[in-house]
Amino acid sequence: MPLGIGCTARPGQARNNKTGSWRVFYPVLEKEKCTKCGTCQLICPEGCISQMPDKTYEIDLDFCKGCGMCAEECPDKAKAITMYKEEK
Amino acid sequence: MVDRTIENFDCGHRACGGCGASSAVRMILKGAGENTIVVSPTGCLEVFSTPYPETAWKTPWIHSLFENASAVASGIEASLKKQGRLDKEKILVIGGDGATVDIGMLCISGAFERGHDFTYVCYDNEAYMNTGIQRSGATPYDADTTTSPSGACSTGNNRPKKDLPQILVAHSSPYVATATMAYPMDLMKKVEKAMNTPGPCYIQVHAPCCTGWGFDGAKTMEIGRMAVECGLWPCYEMVDGKITSVKKVKRVLVDEYLKAQKRFRHLFKPTRNDAEIAKIQAIADANTAKYGIDIE
Amino acid sequence: MTLQIMEGSIAVAETVRLCRPQVISAYPITPQTHIVEGLASIVADGRLDAEYICVESEFSALSACIGASAAGSRVYSATTSQGLALMAEVVFNSAGMRLPIVMGIANRAISAPLSIWNDQQDSIMMRDSGWLQFYAEDNQEAVDLHILSYKICEDHNILLPAFVCFDGFILSHVFEPVDIPSQEEVDEFLGPFTPYQKLNVKDPISFGMYATPEYYLEFRYEHDQAVHRAADAMRKYGKAFGEKFGRDYSELVEGYRLEDADIAIVAMGSICGTTKDAIDEMRAEGKKVGLLKIRCFRPFPAADIAKALAHVNTVAVLDKNISLGAKGAVAIEIKEACYGSGIPVYDYILGLGGRDVRKKDIKKIVELAEKGSGDMFYGLREELL
Repeated sequence: MPLGIGCTARPGQARNNKTGSWRVFYPVLEKEKCTKCGTCQLICPEGCISQMPDKTYEIDLDFCKGCGMCAEECPDKAKAITMYKEEK
Repeated sequence: MVDRTIENFDCGHRACGGCGASSAVRMILKGAGENTIVVSPTGCLEVFSTPYPETAWKTPWIHSLFENASAVASGIEASLKKQGRLDKEKILVIGGDGATVDIGMLCISGAFERGHDFTYVCYDNEAYMNTGIQRSGATPYDADTTTSPSGACSTGNNRPKKDLPQILVAHSSPYVATATMAYPMDLMKKVEKAMNTPGPCYIQVHAPCCTGWGFDGAKTMEIGRMAVECGLWPCYEMVDGKITSVKKVKRVLVDEYLKAQKRFRHLFKPTRNDAEIAKIQAIADANTAKYGIDIE
Repeated sequence: MTLQIMEGSIAVAETVRLCRPQVISAYPITPQTHIVEGLASIVADGRLDAEYICVESEFSALSACIGASAAGSRVYSATTSQGLALMAEVVFNSAGMRLPIVMGIANRAISAPLSIWNDQQDSIMMRDSGWLQFYAEDNQEAVDLHILSYKICEDHNILLPAFVCFDGFILSHVFEPVDIPSQEEVDEFLGPFTPYQKLNVKDPISFGMYATPEYYLEFRYEHDQAVHRAADAMRKYGKAFGEKFGRDYSELVEGYRLEDADIAIVAMGSICGTTKDAIDEMRAEGKKVGLLKIRCFRPFPAADIAKALAHVNTVAVLDKNISLGAKGAVAIEIKEACYGSGIPVYDYILGLGGRDVRKKDIKKIVELAEKGSGDMFYGLREELL
């Protein structure tokens, strides 16, 4: 592939870097507890949490680095996300 | 209205887990809206988002140097104006505190004085994080960094933060604000407001850095809230030089905020340094007096 | 063609107007000031539809050019000396970003000691920046090289910035007859700016990413290849320029009475004019001296130079610069171009900081070269040594 003149590139290519491999802890989102407030989706530093057509949220573990911000910030009334240690 | 569905910052970037800056950038881009051209100076954000060819940016983005983002933005603005594109496309600089309050100061001052139509957002993680946590002009008083280490003869950084928002108010900026990623709605609204205000606007965003400040990345939002709640990070807006809004809090002492971060650990161990903590409390008290933070 | 008598800087400003840059960003510095004042007036009078950005430093001047060029505009700046030194980081960066910026350099000495007067240390210090470097002998050439530079730089096979160097004061402030082409002619020659790529929300790109060790070498290789390709672009567009405007610039180096010369003087810039007059006088005295003028210093036309100098028995290089601790920058490269020919190449550092170089100095240098005496500062004040 020719180089992008001026060190340029088109969008989408960061997705080739699967940051999920960095993870030490992984999140599990229990959909039945989720109040669909969207906090996790909004604050995730990776942007790897997406809203599904049924309004629930899913975490893309290809990119989740396991920082735990989503679990920490999930409102007390829900506490729908729990972090677990990766078994490697 | 801020469109929260906008996602112009992609997965796969190389920020640390729990990075306040990358969380902030996602919010900033939502506030900025589509049709935004982003300029980044050199720094953490630039490096973790653009190792060739793996760009995380889905909106037009340019990086030139560490200190010239405002000048590059000036040129983009002039060009868009001449091409008749300025009504459809907006310009947003997103830079770290080193690139902003220190090395980029000349270019920022020039661009704000000339009155170019762009918004400059500084994600303030209070040191040169990309190069390994060295002190910047935005490092808070007594913070331990690799170039302001605490030691037998030092309590860490010996100067308070440079007040760039007020410096840019003195440049007659029509909109200057401070915000934090810990209050996403407030941050997004302020960015939206700045982007829709003609002329050079400035927002300084508190962006906790778990690696540089020494706390668990899961606590990034919490650390951000604590900074506001103790008065060390006042969140305000200034329109045409006048304060128009301030985030009011039931203020707590600075102690808990300091204790939560390794960069202030030397103030508590081996023994509590009452004199230094009192000086930091005085900074929070001065902010309160200046901006009217306390809920009456 | 109508010749008008005008100051070099004004001739350059009027020519830049004809090239229709959309954004001009410059910071005043002696002896470049008349160019930017001229352009500011031209914009203020509505004779050019451009944004003139009054930046707060040269560093920002070129940085703003980066932004404007990346956003899709033809841009112009001008500077010299300390200004060029201040923008050094941006000079290298803009070249690596492959932006076709044209910048006039009214050549001036570098501090310390402070000197506002002419030599070519400033542009020479940017030798390795990846910008093209053209040197004008007179104001007509300064005018023409500005137009030609846009044509070469904006070629999508090149995409590089260029310095148009003309000696400060000696050219920038001197009134000479020049032919300023018509707007129609320049429009036909240049055409509108068609950027190879630009910042544009409809087709987003990331511009100026950083390169890891897996890619950096290749980016530098491609940059170097583009600078080399600019030689052929100059030959092509220099010929087309000649066909359009009657002045041919297809040669990167130009000989003057060189065909049968025994001694060749090699020089760049306004000193070539003085040298030509000195050569005429020496020829009248029966001395077979010729000149090889370097018009294009980057890319360095080593093969053209070797060919042009193949028949001479001595080469004398006039360097208005010095790589301290080594030699003049031009001589170093001429020696490399002549390597293996056995032709002795002597270097003469002269004219630094505005010291006049007269015909008699050129003749004296030829005498020194004939005696095999060279690689020296020429014309030092003896009482101070």
